[in-house]
Amino acid sequence: MKFTWFNLMPWPYLPDDFREKHRSVWVDIDSRLFDPAKSHEVYNSHMDLLEYASTLGFDGIGVNEHHQNGYGIMPSPNIIAAGLARRTKDVGLVVLGNSIALYNPPVRVAEEFAMLDCISGGRLVAGFPVGTSMDTNYCYGQIPALTREKYAEAHDLIKRAWNEPDPFAFNGRYNKLRHVNIWPRPIQNPMPIHIPGGGSVETYDFCIDNTYSYSYLSFSGYIRAKALMQGYWDRVAARNAPDASPYRAGFAQTICVAETDEEAERLYSEHVSYFYNRCLHVYGGFADAPGYRTIKTIQTGALSQYAPPGEGGYSKLTWKDLVDGGHVIAGSPETVRQRMEELIKSLNVGNIFCLLHVGDMPKEKCMYSTKLFAEKVMPKLRNMFPDYADDNRFWCKPLAKRVTPGISTNEMSMAAAVGGKD
Amino acid sequence: METKTIDTHHIPVRYFEGGKGQPLVYLHGAGGILAGDPILTKLAEKYHVHAPLLPGYGDSEECGELRDMLDIALHTSDVVDALGLKDPILVGHSMGGMIAAEMAALAPHDYSRLGLICPAGLWLDDHPIPDLFAMLPYEMPQYLFHDVEAGTKLMTAGVALDDPEWLKGFLVQNARQMGMAGKILFPIPDRGLSQRLYRVRAKTVLVWGDSDRLIPPAYAHAWKKAIKGAELVSIAEASHMVTLEKTDQVVAALAKLA
Repeated sequence: MKFTWFNLMPWPYLPDDFREKHRSVWVDIDSRLFDPAKSHEVYNSHMDLLEYASTLGFDGIGVNEHHQNGYGIMPSPNIIAAGLARRTKDVGLVVLGNSIALYNPPVRVAEEFAMLDCISGGRLVAGFPVGTSMDTNYCYGQIPALTREKYAEAHDLIKRAWNEPDPFAFNGRYNKLRHVNIWPRPIQNPMPIHIPGGGSVETYDFCIDNTYSYSYLSFSGYIRAKALMQGYWDRVAARNAPDASPYRAGFAQTICVAETDEEAERLYSEHVSYFYNRCLHVYGGFADAPGYRTIKTIQTGALSQYAPPGEGGYSKLTWKDLVDGGHVIAGSPETVRQRMEELIKSLNVGNIFCLLHVGDMPKEKCMYSTKLFAEKVMPKLRNMFPDYADDNRFWCKPLAKRVTPGISTNEMSMAAAVGGKD
Repeated sequence: METKTIDTHHIPVRYFEGGKGQPLVYLHGAGGILAGDPILTKLAEKYHVHAPLLPGYGDSEECGELRDMLDIALHTSDVVDALGLKDPILVGHSMGGMIAAEMAALAPHDYSRLGLICPAGLWLDDHPIPDLFAMLPYEMPQYLFHDVEAGTKLMTAGVALDDPEWLKGFLVQNARQMGMAGKILFPIPDRGLSQRLYRVRAKTVLVWGDSDRLIPPAYAHAWKKAIKGAELVSIAEASHMVTLEKTDQVVAALAKLA
């Protein structure tokens, strides 16, 4: 199993009446709700938590890209990952990922991912999302019906930029480049790639054909994800993939651990409520620009995950509803272990993106939950797939020998070494 | 109106044809058009009307090869050629007006009469056009109709939002049609037409609803300024769907071209 401690970086100061007074947490969210001075602490707390998780035995720490978004204040995950590369040692840096259709030209992604891989000593796990419609179309102005074609071209360009040893010309529809020849080059080849998807058939095939891991980053939990993930595994079988390794798939799950089930509710319910009621308050008109999803995908009946369940959406769901419905896995270590086991088995997923920070959860509570998960839950879930224990196609392969960042005591005395005058 | 299909270089194109008289080509707006649309029926009383559907509209095939304004304008010229028409009266509503104006700018000697009904295609910073692509269906009537209540009734006839099969069909149709429209209208309906309108030589009539809340009348004046000799006909108590709200007056205004 690969467990990644994943941080969405929500803004924790959305007001109590956010739902009533504001139409959306995303795209046209009121900029006056963002306080730059407060964000200094918010950013650093979130990064502290990612660093903390790296000391507890998680395989990876994860970041992602959103724009103009109150629950994800990380338009550039690469900036965060660069900070983490220096401050962490062995953990995988999961950047899930860069919306490659948004970079002009996309060789920028090839370059930045190569830099992250080199700085971290080969610890990068890269992701290439198409990007949500909110980010890609409404915030970054990409034409919905052309987004996927542009994405596919960007992908081909990045792969070639990493792989071809000599300068080449790239005459794409969206990118005209006479001299592609990136410096630096990544350590890892092939790079482990994860593709976040939301149920589009084309993305299933893209992952299968390229040996990429398919990640379903849902907020509605593992029970509702069953049909979608089954669709993926059916496709894996239908296209005669050489294996059905669980590492071909990943799933994001909100998790809250306490000593007892009651304590979990007492400690975390307000933060869970903050997330589902304020952070997921997305205006319906931004959920899915026409043309963004393919006809084939719409015909499968998959609604956008930003179309909330039932009448009144998440605001009507209580702690009990959210926990019973599997949106959130919460409770004592034993309760959480049981449900995680159910999740892993029923979805057949080897990569878990653990959403252990939820909504406006303060740092200390998050550390408490994270520590309990790392110490009392994670070890018991380690060997769920013994047959695939050696499948490392979808994970980073760091250099055996890596430097320790920072100036050493020896280097401090360089003055002496060069016959210093001190 | 008869529903027919004609081959073009890219794709077979569905079109509605009816009436007798001077040939007239009618290009629909982003919402599409049905064979029984009152504006077509009325125009067919005076003209030989051809109303081609943009690929993806109605039951017509989609066309991935059409990606931008130039592709779409040239394709529509291909349709006119395929129909065997020479210098038809070229009329377009909203997005259709944008395409018609582009065609008349690209080939100024091919089109001598141009009818533009509240066309898209220009952008004025002081009068931003509402984001059609971020609107929920129930929000649309207020932008499209002068009589919002009547417009709502018109738009919700036959709508069954709580029926998943109906909803799926609606989402598919919306993705096909508005996905295509997005290629020239998203996120801002400006593809540089303002730089090319000086080329239009056609006698041009602009028709605009006084209470158009989607493309407000400020745009009418910008268009009038951009096309030499263009005549503006303003219609009272009508919004963007002036073709439905004041069909007779629109047809009367277009008669200036005949």
